[in-house]
Amino acid sequence: MLIAIPLVAGVICLFANANGARWTALIATFLDFALSLYLWTQYDPDGPQWQFVEKAGLGGGVSWALGIDGIALLLIVLTAFLMPICIGASWRAIEKRVPEYMAYFLLMEALIMGSFAAQDLFLFYIFFEGGLIPMYFIIGIWGGAERIKASYKFFLYTLAGSVLMLIAMLYMAGTAHTSSIPALMAYDFPKEAQTFLFLAFLASFAVKLPMWPVHTWLPDAHVQAPTAGSVILAGVLLKLGGYGFIRFSLPMFPDGSAQFIPLMFVLSAIAVVYTSLVALVQRDMKKLVAYSSVAHMAFVTFGLFAMNRQGIEGAMLVMLGHGLVSGALFLCVGVVYDRLHTREIDRYGGLSDNMPGYALLFMVFTMASVGLPGTSNFVGEFLSLVGTYKASTWAAIAATTGIILGAAYMLYLYWRICFGTLRHADAAAMEDLSVREWWLLAPIALAVFWMGIYPESFMRPMRNDVGRLLVRMERVAPAGDSAPTPGKPKLTVIDAHEHGATH
Amino acid sequence: MGRFAPLLPELILSIGGTILMMVAAFTGRRGSGTVNWLAVILLLAATAALVGAPSHAGPVFDGLVTEDLFASFGRALIYPASAVAIIAAHGWFERGTEHSSEYAVLILFAAVGMGVMVSASSLVSLYVGLELQSLASYVLASYRRTDERSAEAGLKYFVLGALASGILLYGISLLYGFTGTMSFNGLAAAFGRGAPSLGLLFGLVFVLAGLAFKASAVPFHMWTPDVYEGAPTPVTLFFGSAPKVAAVLLSTRLCVSGLAPATDAWRQIVIFAALASVFLGAVAAYGQTNIKRLLAYSSINNVGFALIGLAAGGARGASSVLFYMAVYVVMTLGAFLCVLWMRDEEGRPVESIASLSGLAQTRPGMAAAFAIFMFSLAGIPPLFGFWPKLVVFQAAIASGYVALAVAGILGTVIGAYYYLKIIKVMYMDEPAAPYRRAREPVQGLLIVLAALFVSPLGYLLIGPLTALTDRAAGSLF
Repeated sequence: MLIAIPLVAGVICLFANANGARWTALIATFLDFALSLYLWTQYDPDGPQWQFVEKAGLGGGVSWALGIDGIALLLIVLTAFLMPICIGASWRAIEKRVPEYMAYFLLMEALIMGSFAAQDLFLFYIFFEGGLIPMYFIIGIWGGAERIKASYKFFLYTLAGSVLMLIAMLYMAGTAHTSSIPALMAYDFPKEAQTFLFLAFLASFAVKLPMWPVHTWLPDAHVQAPTAGSVILAGVLLKLGGYGFIRFSLPMFPDGSAQFIPLMFVLSAIAVVYTSLVALVQRDMKKLVAYSSVAHMAFVTFGLFAMNRQGIEGAMLVMLGHGLVSGALFLCVGVVYDRLHTREIDRYGGLSDNMPGYALLFMVFTMASVGLPGTSNFVGEFLSLVGTYKASTWAAIAATTGIILGAAYMLYLYWRICFGTLRHADAAAMEDLSVREWWLLAPIALAVFWMGIYPESFMRPMRNDVGRLLVRMERVAPAGDSAPTPGKPKLTVIDAHEHGATH
Repeated sequence: MGRFAPLLPELILSIGGTILMMVAAFTGRRGSGTVNWLAVILLLAATAALVGAPSHAGPVFDGLVTEDLFASFGRALIYPASAVAIIAAHGWFERGTEHSSEYAVLILFAAVGMGVMVSASSLVSLYVGLELQSLASYVLASYRRTDERSAEAGLKYFVLGALASGILLYGISLLYGFTGTMSFNGLAAAFGRGAPSLGLLFGLVFVLAGLAFKASAVPFHMWTPDVYEGAPTPVTLFFGSAPKVAAVLLSTRLCVSGLAPATDAWRQIVIFAALASVFLGAVAAYGQTNIKRLLAYSSINNVGFALIGLAAGGARGASSVLFYMAVYVVMTLGAFLCVLWMRDEEGRPVESIASLSGLAQTRPGMAAAFAIFMFSLAGIPPLFGFWPKLVVFQAAIASGYVALAVAGILGTVIGAYYYLKIIKVMYMDEPAAPYRRAREPVQGLLIVLAALFVSPLGYLLIGPLTALTDRAAGSLF
């Protein structure tokens, strides 16, 4: 259902006129969101691992198998939540070829939902890769001046990464004689094979996430994409990479993953420090936010490869929080871009005078991005730091540096845009947020606070699944170098939960 | 009469073709429409005659041809593709001075030749089928004889094709000289008697070289872009589809059944040809500005992928080749039918890629169909063109050729660039002068059917198609 609605609506959009397409898309995404909420309420956190399972054979060793666990559920809800906002963000900004635009967005929603829910290796690949096509069009047709180059870069980078994964999938299906994801998650591949399989999957997910040094497609794609495109790219598509690590790399190749923990930590450490420094000197707002995405995603890899409960739950929360916050930040950039048609930071300044509402919301999201307690990112970043610390002190030090630098570039950005005097007449003439824009940003702000103040409602559905993942990796999880006396680390664990819960 | 029954499709086509030739000769231009439609009906009848054929499985005429499911599968691709080539010519030749009725007759004879090719189980029938197809093709390539490019294409094809036939014949004579037999089974027995002698190896290499020419696999691909560009577009459509199937399936049968004991000997040749085709096809297409040349390189690229399946060997490899060619034929026919519709205001054909600019805005339906074929040829999921590539790589990995699969799959990434380029031109550039609206409902219907086939709906066919290709490949052993 979740997949069918946007698909059907997408086809309808193609034949509608501009306004009709807008409304069709909005209604369809709202329906989808409602459905995903229904899914959330019906999901039983203590029930079996896979719920809402659908299965039908397609022949040739592939089947149409869908089903979700708590991890997928959360990401599906996030996707469904951001989609109506994206449609709303493109309401006025997109003037040409509206029906096509809406059709691509709905097609993309269907494909993303499909990849989160797929329970068959090849079905996952088909959805995963299929998402490239609509995004390619969205960037290429409605993007900025350099859109062609950016769309090529996006497409070819991601394709090159994922074809290696395809080879690994073929090998896995051949060895294990099944392409069912739940079955493969319990299958033990030979150790030597795991090394190669892990590397092949890494190639794909590292590009998608993105990790340093294969992140270079991201700033281009973000800068050139229309606002809603950036939101969906940062909010959801990047999460496919993290989801891939949780769903495939860790449970299917625990030995392979354990082998590469140092590599992952080093890459993440470089990413977090290097991209933060790069973000600090950006003149383009969107580029700055894009680089901050890369830095935030490094927390995801830190947390995941710490291979303990805090780390993995933290990584999940960072993904969810980042999906909301960076999406909101791109919307904030879009708001001023729609008015002044420039993303040059120097062209703004002192906006808190003439756009108080905008300054307020922008402040909320800036703080959330920095990781202020009480916002979503704090919980996630804190948990994944705790997890990282338990696994490796050095990695934790690098990661913490990243948080400090993150505060630096975000606050610097906010200062340059909102504070100071109104130097430019055109910037001073901008109007404050319209009702539509309030409707876009306020729900995200609410969600950000909700996740920051009561993260339990997001952690509950995935707790058992993370538990299962941990059991799978028990054997290989790193011992860690930060357990001075037995007993104390346990205290930290409780602390972490309470900390997150009470703030 | 009973012993002719297995050859019913060929009989229908050759007798019907001869009669139509007479009709064409006596009615001249007036009868061309009728002849065309009769030829299409003949091809469809021949395809229908295939349905009962599997029951007659087995060697006929002293083992010259083998009527098995493999041959039927091949012909079930070749005949409809030939029929599409005739339909595609509708409205194409009328304006020139040529008679279009001979066109249909020539295609009929080529179809007979290809039918013999896919069922050949002896070097003699292999050569006869191949030459019958080639001779018809040479004439077809230069069909528009007042056009210099067409004449040049025909001449080039003929000279190079004759050379390739010579090489092939030389190889056949070597094989015959060293084994004393022409039949594939005899060859298999001869190769099975221990390490093959130098003469046998030479013969094998020459025969494969001759076949590679027909399949336009690198390094015998040089004729392809020139001939594709020069030949009239319906003829190019024909060259891109049916003869490719025939040549690849013929090579498959020869390698997998006739030369099975010498697998190590031919496998390295096939692997080289496959990888070279994949990469050259992908790289050389970059600078092309003519859509037909670009599709020529695309076909070289695609033949390379099919050969990867052949290199994997065994029933699984053969099955993957069949699957690949089945989907490839549909994608190619669809893409060329779209090219056929590229006409300027006066109805003259246009071939430059630049003229496709902004097609998505002037002719959204055609652009969508073209984009589907391009993405599908590039092998991007969720389009159906992805699946045959997957099947081929699966076969390669199952045989332990992981490196081959990795190299091939990297080739798809390189190749994806130029398919994307066409889509970029159609969707992201400013509109150029619009094309004339085509008034060909049958062709339009075919484009829609082909687009539906390669769209994600095609995945529903995976089950039956896989079962069929597996059985067809199984009939080789």
